[in-house]
Order: sequence, then C-alpha cells, then structure tokens
Amino acid sequence: MIILTSLVSGIMILAGLVFFLGGSIGMIRLPDFYSRLHSAGMLDTMGLMLTMGGMALYIIHDLTLNNVLSALKIILIVVFIFITSPTATHAIVDAGIRAGMKPWRKRGSEAGK
Amino acid sequence: MMDTLILLSAILLSLFMIIPLYRAVMGPTVLDRFMGVNAIGTQTTALLIMIGFIYKRVDMFIDIALAYAMLNFIAVLAASRYFHKRKGLTEEMES
Amino acid sequence: MKTKLKKAAFVTTFSITFLILFLFWCIFSGKFDAFHLSLGVISCLLICWATSSDLLIVPPQISRLVRLWSGFVIYIPWLIWQIILANIHVLVLVLSPDMDKRINPKIIKFKSRIKDTVGLVTFANSITLTPGTITVALNMYGDMVIHAIDDESAAALPGDMEKKVAKLFGE
Repeated sequence: MIILTSLVSGIMILAGLVFFLGGSIGMIRLPDFYSRLHSAGMLDTMGLMLTMGGMALYIIHDLTLNNVLSALKIILIVVFIFITSPTATHAIVDAGIRAGMKPWRKRGSEAGK
Repeated sequence: MMDTLILLSAILLSLFMIIPLYRAVMGPTVLDRFMGVNAIGTQTTALLIMIGFIYKRVDMFIDIALAYAMLNFIAVLAASRYFHKRKGLTEEMES
Repeated sequence: MKTKLKKAAFVTTFSITFLILFLFWCIFSGKFDAFHLSLGVISCLLICWATSSDLLIVPPQISRLVRLWSGFVIYIPWLIWQIILANIHVLVLVLSPDMDKRINPKIIKFKSRIKDTVGLVTFANSITLTPGTITVALNMYGDMVIHAIDDESAAALPGDMEKKVAKLFGE
C-alpha cells in the first residue's frame, strides 16, 4: 500500500515538475507579452496542482488526524490558487490592454482587428 | 527513497526559478516583470511545502505557503491596478 | 447596507454561514481543546453577525443556490479534464522546436448567449483557466474578447463549455 501511494505521488510530482519547466521555457521562447502569459499563468497552475496533489497523497500514507488536516490544507491551497490565478492573469492582461500595447501578429497574417 | 525524490525535486524547482527571474529582471516591459514575479511566487508555494517535507515540519510550512500564496495574489493584483493607466508603460518596448 | 430579512431566512443564512466558517476554523487551527474551540466560536459568531446577510448566501435564493452547487459538482471535474487536455496541448506547443510556425496569436470577439452575470463570470474564468485562451474583456451583455495562442485553441470557442455553463445556470 505504501509503495503504491509513494509511486503514484512520485509520478505526480515529476509530472508537475515537467509542467513547471514547460511554463518557464515558454516565458523565454514566446514572442510577446500576451502569449507569454499563456504559459506563465496556466502551465504553472497545472504544475502546482500536480505537485501539491502528489504531496497531499504522500502525506496521508499513515493516517493520523494531523496528517489528514495537513492534506486538507494542501487541497485548500490548490483551490485558492485555482480561483485566484485567472483573476491575476486577467488583471495583468487588462493593464496591458489599457496601456495600449499591441498584440504581436505573425508576419503574413492579416493586420489586427 | 521518497525523501530523496522530494529533495531532488526541490533543487530542480529552484533551478527552474532562474528562468522567470531572467524575465523579471530583463523583461522588456513592466508587465513582463509582474508576470515573472507571479510565476516565481507560484513556484515558491510548491517549494515551501517541499522544504517542509525536508525538515519534517509540514504542518508549520503549510501555513507559511498559504500566507505566501495570498500575499503573491494581492501583490500582483495591486501592482497591476497601480499601473493601470500609466503613461509610458509602452515606451520601454519601442527602445 | 444590511438588508432587512425575515426572521426564519435570517436564522437559516446565519447558521449555514456559521457552519461553513467553523469548519474552516477547525481545518486551519487543527487543535480541538476547549480554549481554541471557544475562540473559534466567538470569532465566527462575530463575523456572522456582521456579514451573514450578504457574505455567502442571499436568502430568497437558497433553493436556487442548492441547484447551482449540485451543478458545479458535475461541472468542475469536466472542467479539470478539459484543463489537463489543453495543458498538454500548450506544453507540446511550447517545447516543440518549430514553435514559430505553429503559434498564431490572435484576438477573437464573439457574443455569448449567457444572460446571468455570475454565469458570465464563471464562463470567463473557465476560459482563462483553460490554457491557450485568455479573456481580455467582458461586459454585462455578453460581448467577450479573447486572446488565443493558436488556431486550434481559437476554434474550440465558444463550443461545449458555453453549453455546459448555460445549462448550469438554467438557460
């Protein structure tokens, strides 16, 4: 049983690290501010969900009250991030639009709307 | 076994943090810097819990992580509201 | 402004808010001796007395609220599955060597048919939470401006998600 939970939580933590790496690389490679926000805001949230889920699963391998409470708190952090991450992303995009930044367009496609 | 994995993940995660830090320091506009800071904050939330596992004090570090997540959200929201209609926000981009 | 409430509705709202707050107190405090529990009861009562008329539940709509939350229980796992699929799509996109050819950032505009304002906010948040699309602007009449990162993400809108949210809010 403990081997199984350790295996699953280890796989989840490693998958979360892959998403964190993807989000970080996207922030360097993508061409403009708006498209960088796609990778920065969203892939990081997914990575956080996976790593936190893995650690919450690992912490309840021996069932005591304290450990269950800790796992519940980790889940609450994930829920909090899930609600606030779109709000923060939208606030940054809104500031960009109001400041008048033009979104990057691919060369050859028709000019913006 | 699992402790080693978590230790290695914490080291890797703090190495990944260099990339948003580059964006936060060199970013062409102010909003790029906010974005980098926001990404670093999200990764730090996960890193804090891993540090809790390393020191075997998870119940304490979870509260710190929760406070850090809230602080990160408020900081990004307040900063992006502050620069809402700032003139000169796009001027750095043209240079 | 505190709204005038009927006595029974006030008691229902008060007790539900108190229970939810006290549950969160128990989870976050983690200590179950008399001292900490009584501190929790006092602070929860204080918050309920100050804000229970408009913090969580608006009294005439309790039955609607129950239907809404039971709808969310079905909607949120579907949303998480969509988020995972879209995340993998964006991850492959970002890590692929020929990224410059595959991305095509663009701004699309459409009018949503959802009338409820809470429904519109839920829809906008779901769009932002799905990678590849970010809600840029939204008004009360349902006009949405979306920034999409490539053609495939742009083609997926409004699509299934709008139907599910509209069904959730009973339209």
